[in-house]
Amino acid sequence: MTKTLFINARLIDPEANSAAPGALLIDNGVIVDRFDSPTPQGIEAEVIDAGGKCLAPGIVDIGVKVGEPGERHKESYGTAGQAAAAGGVTTIVTRPDTTPCIDMPEVLEFIRRRANEAAPVNVLPMAALTKGREGREMTEFGLLMDAGAVAFTDCDHVVANTKVLARAMSYARSLGALVMGHPQEPTLSKGAAVSSGKFATLRGLPGVSPMAERMGLDRDIALVEMTGVRYHADAITASRTLPPLERAKANGFDVTAGTSMHHLTLNELDVADYRTFFKVKPPLRAEEDRMAMVAAVRDGLIDIIGSFHTPQDEESKRLPYEEAASGAVGLETMLPVLLRLYHSGELELPTLFRALSLNPAKRLGLASGRVSKGAPADLVMFDADKPFVLDRFKLKSKSKNTPFDSARLQGKVLGTWVNGTRVFEA
Amino acid sequence: MRFDQRHLLGIEPLRPDEITTILDLADQYVTFNRSRDKHARALAGLTQINMFFENSTRTQSSFEIAGKRLGADVMNMAMQASSIKKGETLIDTAMTLNAMHPDLLVVRHPHSGAVDLLSQKVNCAVLNAGDGKHEHPTQALLDALTIRRAKGRLHRLNIAICGDIAHSRVARSNILLLHKMENRIRLVGPSTLIPSGIEHFGVEVYDDMRKGLEDVDVVMMLRLQRERMDGGFIPSEREYYHRYGLDAEKLAVAKPDAIVMHPGPMNRGVEIDGTLADDINRSVIQDQVEMGVAVRMAVMDLLARNLRANPKEIMA
Repeated sequence: MTKTLFINARLIDPEANSAAPGALLIDNGVIVDRFDSPTPQGIEAEVIDAGGKCLAPGIVDIGVKVGEPGERHKESYGTAGQAAAAGGVTTIVTRPDTTPCIDMPEVLEFIRRRANEAAPVNVLPMAALTKGREGREMTEFGLLMDAGAVAFTDCDHVVANTKVLARAMSYARSLGALVMGHPQEPTLSKGAAVSSGKFATLRGLPGVSPMAERMGLDRDIALVEMTGVRYHADAITASRTLPPLERAKANGFDVTAGTSMHHLTLNELDVADYRTFFKVKPPLRAEEDRMAMVAAVRDGLIDIIGSFHTPQDEESKRLPYEEAASGAVGLETMLPVLLRLYHSGELELPTLFRALSLNPAKRLGLASGRVSKGAPADLVMFDADKPFVLDRFKLKSKSKNTPFDSARLQGKVLGTWVNGTRVFEA
Repeated sequence: MRFDQRHLLGIEPLRPDEITTILDLADQYVTFNRSRDKHARALAGLTQINMFFENSTRTQSSFEIAGKRLGADVMNMAMQASSIKKGETLIDTAMTLNAMHPDLLVVRHPHSGAVDLLSQKVNCAVLNAGDGKHEHPTQALLDALTIRRAKGRLHRLNIAICGDIAHSRVARSNILLLHKMENRIRLVGPSTLIPSGIEHFGVEVYDDMRKGLEDVDVVMMLRLQRERMDGGFIPSEREYYHRYGLDAEKLAVAKPDAIVMHPGPMNRGVEIDGTLADDINRSVIQDQVEMGVAVRMAVMDLLARNLRANPKEIMA
């Protein structure tokens, strides 16, 4: 492979917390040199002129749902990979909540084969924490890790039996496995479609108190203290959940937390007249919660932002709100949508990429997520200012269920590179 | 007199003057309904379909009589027995019906927002006859007409709504309507049956019925649905009746001329004392049923006028 030199870039470096002019030299898929001068001289390489636009470490998106196996009509590895590349996502970390779910090494190997053939970006699978995601018996963590599982989660199926969860966590600790929890008190949130409060009451929809999330996290953290497992909370969405998270971190537990792009940019009022494309899980919260999540990302209390990409076909969304499926696609829209927070002055670009690229890579022990020497050349080039109106039918995902249809956004991905190979060009 | 709606999906989108328009016209229909010859032609030539995805006797027959008295061709569809059971989606059912060119579609559905969804897919006027826990606008309008006729006005009244507010679409529509018309609303019930965030609706909440009913002009009782017992919302029927059942003793703290309302069907001895419900000096429960027909005639008449004025502005 020839060398590639990115010149005239505005390098977004989450490690150094900087956004400054610079250049990067790539050789054999790896960043081999970095220059503070935007136009270094005397280097023999293919030159890519960024024209002053941003060059950032590619996004590592934890919690992506692909429809394989079981729901390939909603999303395949091919379409998910294309969507990721178009969104500047260079690594997708997939969820095991497929049909059947990924709870055996044989299924996981099938997934890895499919993914490597079809997707232009890195695909790392997570596996189920319990067999069938039924919350009764732990899966074969050891064999699944050997087959490539990077974390274990039952996704939105909370393991209600605390003894089962305690044993799974204890066993996971002995293997050094990462457990991803979905903080939620399941009996309290059962049947809920929105957050309880004025909006839920006005619309007559069953609501859940945000307190259910805090109870879930409280329990999980107690189990972390008991077992010493490495734990990641998939999505924190309510301000009341932040104090126990803060305490857990202050106590030195191996705990990290994520939140979703939707909970950083939307609130419950966006559901308006029962717009089911805004139905996500956990449900959208109040504006105070949204602001608290943004502040928590800024302060580093929340480590990771994910799209929680969940493709759904039109049929599962064109139903009365309570019956409609949850989830939204987000691989392709996450970066432009989150740039709203940059343009509104709520988050700086290095902070954003700390949560999108650096922290998730670190949590999974990956070398990517950085723009420093030795890191793989997983990169996204984007124009942070370019305005456009989102048309959901132009998305590369098979499913078009985005709440941002017709939204006015600012920021477009110009190119995406995975291990130095260009996988997307605008 | 103005009424600018294409559908009646809820009280929320209505302006106070539109509510007054409906009630004024309904007043005329009350007189009309009491006459011998009850045949008008306001809906002549129009097809009205009643689609009830949930059991209903009173509301459905009220809409049916209202439509027939105005000359519409009325058809009832019992949706529980039909294609929904065969797995057809709500949208497909709506599209199928739409192809038969109805003019008025009266819909009741167990899910909040389902009637809204349906209205986006058909090109006729849609009337919400109750959707989940969301709204039941014609019930609130008939309650308003009953109050206005009994009290002579529909503003600056003290009105207590009592019982299972949380699961009641009737309560939501009534709160919205009575608030728009500038009344003072109190909600009375155990906290398990009061919905969260209700304090933002301009109401006062009481868990003690004897305080909540003090000096009110109107007492609106709600039906306690039996299935709430299993949900653990209240400990028992007898405790509920003891604390929140309306009897002469609790009613004594209200104004001497306070009226008692109930949307029906009643659970005598659970939320209301049987003798009180039958007391013609206090109870206006039978009037509510009468007003129901008149209000539904008024609403359908107004929607039909808008329909005839702009026949096909509508999407396919």
